[in-house]
Amino acid sequence: MATVDLKDVKKIYAGGVEAVKGVSIAIPDKALCVLVGPSGCGKSTLLRMIAGLESISAGTVSIDGKVVNAIGPTERDIAMVFQNYALYPHMKVYDNMAYGLRNRGTPKDEIDKRVRETAKTLELSALLDRRPRELSGGQRQRVAMGRAIVRNPKVFLFDEPLSNLDAKLRGQMRVEIKNLQRALGVTSVYVTHDQLEAMTLADQLVVMNAGLVEQIGDPLDIYEKPASTFVASFIGAPPMNLLALTRGGAGRMPAGSPEEMAAVGHGSAAGSTALASAAPMLTDGSVVPFAPQAAATLGFRPEDADVTHGAEAPGGALAIPAAVEAVEPVGAESFLYCAAAGTRIIVRVHGRATARPGDQLRVVVRAEKLHWFDQAGKRVG
Amino acid sequence: MSPRVVFPNKILPYLLLAPQLAITLVFFYWPASQALYQSMLREDPFGLKSQFVWFDNFARVLADPNYLNSVRVTAVFSIATAAVAMVTALLLAVMADKVIRGRGLYRTLMIWPYAVAPAIAGMLWLFLFNPSIGTLAYGLRWLGIAWNPLLDGGDAMVLVVAAASWKQISYNFLFFVAGLQAIPKTLIEAAAIDGAGPTKRFWTIVFPLLAPTTFFLLVVNTVYAFFDTFGIIHAVTGGGPGKATETLVYKVYNDGFVNLILGDSAAQSVILMVIVIALTAIQFRYVEKKVHYG
Ligand SMILES: Nc1ncnc2c1ncn2[C@@H]1O[C@H](COP(=O)(O)OP(=O)(O)OP(=O)(O)O)[C@@H](O)[C@H]1O
Ligand SMILES: [Mg+2]
Repeated sequence: MATVDLKDVKKIYAGGVEAVKGVSIAIPDKALCVLVGPSGCGKSTLLRMIAGLESISAGTVSIDGKVVNAIGPTERDIAMVFQNYALYPHMKVYDNMAYGLRNRGTPKDEIDKRVRETAKTLELSALLDRRPRELSGGQRQRVAMGRAIVRNPKVFLFDEPLSNLDAKLRGQMRVEIKNLQRALGVTSVYVTHDQLEAMTLADQLVVMNAGLVEQIGDPLDIYEKPASTFVASFIGAPPMNLLALTRGGAGRMPAGSPEEMAAVGHGSAAGSTALASAAPMLTDGSVVPFAPQAAATLGFRPEDADVTHGAEAPGGALAIPAAVEAVEPVGAESFLYCAAAGTRIIVRVHGRATARPGDQLRVVVRAEKLHWFDQAGKRVG
Repeated sequence: MSPRVVFPNKILPYLLLAPQLAITLVFFYWPASQALYQSMLREDPFGLKSQFVWFDNFARVLADPNYLNSVRVTAVFSIATAAVAMVTALLLAVMADKVIRGRGLYRTLMIWPYAVAPAIAGMLWLFLFNPSIGTLAYGLRWLGIAWNPLLDGGDAMVLVVAAASWKQISYNFLFFVAGLQAIPKTLIEAAAIDGAGPTKRFWTIVFPLLAPTTFFLLVVNTVYAFFDTFGIIHAVTGGGPGKATETLVYKVYNDGFVNLILGDSAAQSVILMVIVIALTAIQFRYVEKKVHYG
């Protein structure tokens, strides 16, 4: 029904805080765009600018091709679901839902029809005569959704609508929101700081950090090819393992054992000395093969790693010596927390883990599963 | 329920309560019963002997056209004072809520009138509106308005209502500001997104949510207008001209202390006491458990 276009949008608050520092996003019609990022990165600010609740310091916001910078929230024809739901406490559920329609002069019987229809889809029919304080958290959430849906607006805006619900209900509502949004086909912007919610809901995922967009794209593309170390550590749970690389000075011997070098397919032990002087190393001194020239950080996902107790490792893979610190079985999978190269890395293994805390082993990652980032944290290769 | 704590000492609790009880007895029950007793007595013109007449005084007071006039004056005065004080305070509070720069200063200035003693407030208004020396009275005359609160009962009423409500505005303002601040901003934003303009938002969201505050202030203001405005009336009009601004409280004073009709005056104060008790009961019944939302 509508596209939403942000062009170089900035927000500077009265106190001088620059909350949004130039964001451009083109949200296609009917898409569910999720803004995700850590607390304070400007997600709510951006959403509120789309809603018209905050003035726009620079740039333009367009809805359906029309610049709406100067149009107030009352005329933008959007609907918003607030984190605290913002239900009118003195009105019954019915009136909460009818309020927006009444303000727009919809005929009475039309209002009644639409409110009852919406209540039916959201299973609120039995609650229409209650006041918000007589509802559970989940029911309030539904009413807030209903109030947004019933108006049939051009755009839905959600600001962390599920964050006040318990984990189970959140899962249910997530699916429900997704289905509703699909069925209604209304362009939506959804703010969350929960990466799981972001991944599962988004047609278009926008990862934000400190007032700037880090990456925009399909959630799985972002998962597979994070554009920066920030995105890599933010998307995916547990987050991607990131290891800093150093370039050894001339004549400095790598601490990696000769057979390790052999194991990663890097020639003989004798050759490794010469190679090491220019080759990137982990902070524990072990030389890392395959690294592109500019790489300053190495990353791999916990689910892409494996562990081996033996000395032999497959070719075309990186093997990092590690000590198991803790094992966390969660049923279908287990997480190994290992100390390696001066940091902690997490490895996810299927089923029951054979490793025990205190074991010395090697974490093996296939070369094509490695991610490389440069000094500035941007992806290389 | 937690188990009751039992103290072994039987006398100590009574000793601890004694001062409070003594104060209540000496300063409330004793005068109140005196008033009640007095209201059933009639004294001879020289105050030499008195006679017990049961409810005669009440019957006479309630049949007295002057008393009924006073009831009417009190009703007009109280309703007007409460209305003016509350409407003005609400208006100012809504505007104060919009002020961003100098908010603290604005609010502080708004609260000052509350610190002015009633009689002094009355004097201020009297000086401003005195037909012969008042600056503002001069302005009114210049505008062609015949203004003389010393002769015209209506003008006098306007003047005491203005003075009485002026003093109460600050108090109401404080409560309204607090009430407005307690309304979540997201509600107003939600209403704006729901297509309601500022006026509509005020009447459909803000005002209903202020209802508990408004009701509380209504009771407080009524009690104020009934009982705490003696000083203002005394200073500004002395109940006149004629009996145009003689409220019930002022009449008690006039009959009892000026005209020395003690029996009638006592009967009137007993009636007032009943009114206070009724108002307090209403206050406890509704205000204590307010209308809570959320
Ligand atoms: N009214 C305001 N005045 C000044 N600064 C503000 C205001 N509102 C937000 N900020 C600042 O702008 C930045 C972004 O805030 P915003 O609320 O958009 O964060 P967010 O991404 O929604 O965070 P969260 O996930 O915690 O809700 C923060 O640094 C915040 O302190
Ligand atoms: Mg937020």
